[in-house]
Amino acid sequence: MTFEEAFVYILAAGAIVSALLVITRRNPINSVIYLVLNFFFLAALYLTLKAQFIAIIQILVYAGAIMVLFMFVIMLLNLGDEKQLRDRVTWKQMVAIGLSLAFVMQVIYIVGFGETDGMDAISAKAAEIGTVEYIGKELFSHYVLPIEAISVLIVLAVVGAIVLAKRKLD
Amino acid sequence: MYNLIGLVVLLPLIGAAVNGLVGWRIKNEKVIGIVGSATVGFSFVLSVLIFIEMLGRDVLNRAEVIDYFRWIGAGGLETSFAYQVDQLSILMTLVVTGVGFLIHVYSIGYMHGDPGFWRYFSYLNLFIFAMLNLVLADNFLLLFLGWEGVGLCSYLLIGFWYEKKFTGDAAKKAFVVNRIGDFGFLIGLFLIFVTFGTLKFEPLFLQASVMSVGEPVLFWITLMLFIGAVGKSAQIPLFVWLPDAMAGPTPVSALIHAATMVTAGVYMVARSATLYALAPLTLEIVAVIGLLTAVLAATIALTQNDIKKVLAYSTVSQLGYMFLALGVGAFWVGIFHVYTHAFFKALLFLGSGAVIHAMHHEQDIQKMGGLRKYMPKTYITFLIGAIAISGIPPLAGFFSKDEILAYVWHDGSVLLWVFAAITAGLTAFYMFRLVTLTFWGDPRFKEHGEHAKHPHEAPATMTVPLIILAVLSIIGGWVGIPKALGGGLAIKQFLAPVFERADRIMALPEHGVHAVDYVLILLSVAIAAAGIYVARLWYLKKPEIPGGLAKKYSGVYKVLSNKYYVDELYDAAIVNPTVKGSRKLLWRGIDVGIIDGIVNGLAKLVEIVSKYGRLVQVGVVQGYAVAFVFGIVFIIFWLLFR
Amino acid sequence: MVSLNFYLSLSAMLFTIGVVGVLTRRNAIIVFMSIELMLNSVNLTLVAFSSFLGDATGQMLVFFVITIAAAEAAIGLAIIIALFRNKQTVNIDEINLLKW
Repeated sequence: MTFEEAFVYILAAGAIVSALLVITRRNPINSVIYLVLNFFFLAALYLTLKAQFIAIIQILVYAGAIMVLFMFVIMLLNLGDEKQLRDRVTWKQMVAIGLSLAFVMQVIYIVGFGETDGMDAISAKAAEIGTVEYIGKELFSHYVLPIEAISVLIVLAVVGAIVLAKRKLD
Repeated sequence: MYNLIGLVVLLPLIGAAVNGLVGWRIKNEKVIGIVGSATVGFSFVLSVLIFIEMLGRDVLNRAEVIDYFRWIGAGGLETSFAYQVDQLSILMTLVVTGVGFLIHVYSIGYMHGDPGFWRYFSYLNLFIFAMLNLVLADNFLLLFLGWEGVGLCSYLLIGFWYEKKFTGDAAKKAFVVNRIGDFGFLIGLFLIFVTFGTLKFEPLFLQASVMSVGEPVLFWITLMLFIGAVGKSAQIPLFVWLPDAMAGPTPVSALIHAATMVTAGVYMVARSATLYALAPLTLEIVAVIGLLTAVLAATIALTQNDIKKVLAYSTVSQLGYMFLALGVGAFWVGIFHVYTHAFFKALLFLGSGAVIHAMHHEQDIQKMGGLRKYMPKTYITFLIGAIAISGIPPLAGFFSKDEILAYVWHDGSVLLWVFAAITAGLTAFYMFRLVTLTFWGDPRFKEHGEHAKHPHEAPATMTVPLIILAVLSIIGGWVGIPKALGGGLAIKQFLAPVFERADRIMALPEHGVHAVDYVLILLSVAIAAAGIYVARLWYLKKPEIPGGLAKKYSGVYKVLSNKYYVDELYDAAIVNPTVKGSRKLLWRGIDVGIIDGIVNGLAKLVEIVSKYGRLVQVGVVQGYAVAFVFGIVFIIFWLLFR
Repeated sequence: MVSLNFYLSLSAMLFTIGVVGVLTRRNAIIVFMSIELMLNSVNLTLVAFSSFLGDATGQMLVFFVITIAAAEAAIGLAIIIALFRNKQTVNIDEINLLKW
């Protein structure tokens, strides 16, 4: 086991543990903090995949912007702990967990027994396509129409958020 | 010029569209009337020009098909909007547009002040369009389009004053009865297509002409086509709609139910002469039906008191005459009679329209009389029409009727001739009964005092067409002066190429001039004159005779004046069982019981299922999400282990 | 080297953790965060494929997913605020107006 492999395994373990913590905390504030942590682990994993740009915006946009928004809303609403997290594990929750386990088994079965020949090493081009330069060129040449469309969507989201959150419509 | 035939057809359609779409905005009746009349008038002028060019051409070269565009192409069926310009179609076109134009002009006066003025002219133009398609078509499908078109216009115009119930009923009756005939016609078309693989006249008749005489399929084809003709041309047993059709405006009766549309059946049979020549059995049926209709309608006409009803039954009778001519194989004579009949019957109807107009919508001839002094122009023209239809030389009706009688004598049988001649006498009788009761004698309406009627002469837009038609009723027959009277039968020579194939198949001997011809002519004139004399004697001089006869033979009189109870018979045999069966079985039984039961039952089922099914909708989003995940797991499982 | 399968399995696990969160938690905001977890696990798959195949499309998609996630977060949180204002709760068990 090389140092690099060990590093990836540690990051993966951190991601899973932090994700589990996200869904098990009673207090939403704690959940948010563990989610941010999870995002950092993921960003590091992106780096091991030589996707520098995505790793950076993962931290900037997700951890920096979106999570702050979550935090802000939680504090604004001043929510307390969720009382019934462990008092009432209903049969519905058992079913949900069972189904989810079935799902993950299926996927791992597919991945483990599927045909993934020649996929045990990162492509030589990976370092090149992960750069800001490469992605920027792609975005504004091949993907110029989607990026325009997505910018319109962002504007719509801004307007929609304002309209929804406004106290009174006038 | 031949290329302009499309314009002849198109112009009335334009007129119909203009009046139909924007007519309601035009407050000025004159504009509407001029648009309506001028389009038909131009059509007439164009067809005259085409006719003149045709006369200038070599006889073998006169027929031509003008193909405009492909209409339907599906599988083996190829149909074009193509017009066949030949001697037969141009003659019909001239009659349709010419008489149609005069009636349009007449209508401007007659329909004056009617709120549906624009609607009326739109329908009338549409009718001319449909009729021209019918007579000019070069295939059966286009003919059928015109055939249905005239049926539709007839329906619209009979029910023109739709606010009265009986006009609506009459229109419905005409439409339904026509549909029965059309059903037969349509089956005929299918048979033709199955047999010959085409509906185009020329290739079709060419193929047919090499078949042997009496082929069963030809019998069925011609019989089915004839059923169509029976409906459209009001023959036994489908004649009942025509007298009721008099509910429409009088010019409509003149144009549609006398001069043009009802002759469509005659035209169609003449057009298919080749097929009919190959089916002698059908021809016999045509002749017998024609003669029976002629006799039956003439006897009914004897006792009718409604001026338009008399003329209606006279039309039925004359149409029977035409079919009699077709039935004995004298196709050109049938068309000749169509042509002369169009003039004098249109004249008579328009004259009766003027009378009705003058008498403020009084139609009972028992309440008229002495109108001669009030409306001299109408009187004289009406008299000319009556003489013409009675068959007094040298007016138009004489020549065509005489030809029919002559052909029936030579190619039919003596028995047919006897009945035909009696019918001719009856025709003269009831026509002069009509003239006598309407124009002669003393007035039987109040001339002075309160509620008095003041009959007045019709306006010029009405009298001028009457005068033109009167002139045509006099000279129109001169194109067919028989050889016995030193004439050349010009119309026969003219139409000969159209019926050449049929004539060759029938192989009827050419008739020379025999002494018997003179006897026949004299006899027919004598019979007509006798009819006129008796009518004048009975109704003018000795009015007690008809009354006495009616009392003496009250049974016969009742049967006749009730039109042989045909309507009652149809009501009892067909209409009432249908209505009752529909009400009891189809409505109460099948519709309410079974169909509604199924519909309501299904609704009930849905209601029950949803009553319990909706409990699944718990409203908690996570519940739905669980179902969602279950679906995903299931699908992946199925994909992996199927 | 770490194989592609490792990344895919990791991604599946993270996704399933997100699913469990969505299905079991009652706090709407935590449900919402679980959705973010799921989105991120898919992003990981996309980036992994992109790197192993040497194709930039995967990273482009991730870029768009992040954008959508931002928009969704803005709208979703606005809805939660509006909801809280009306019902004084973010417990989704109590939000069942869609019930029969």
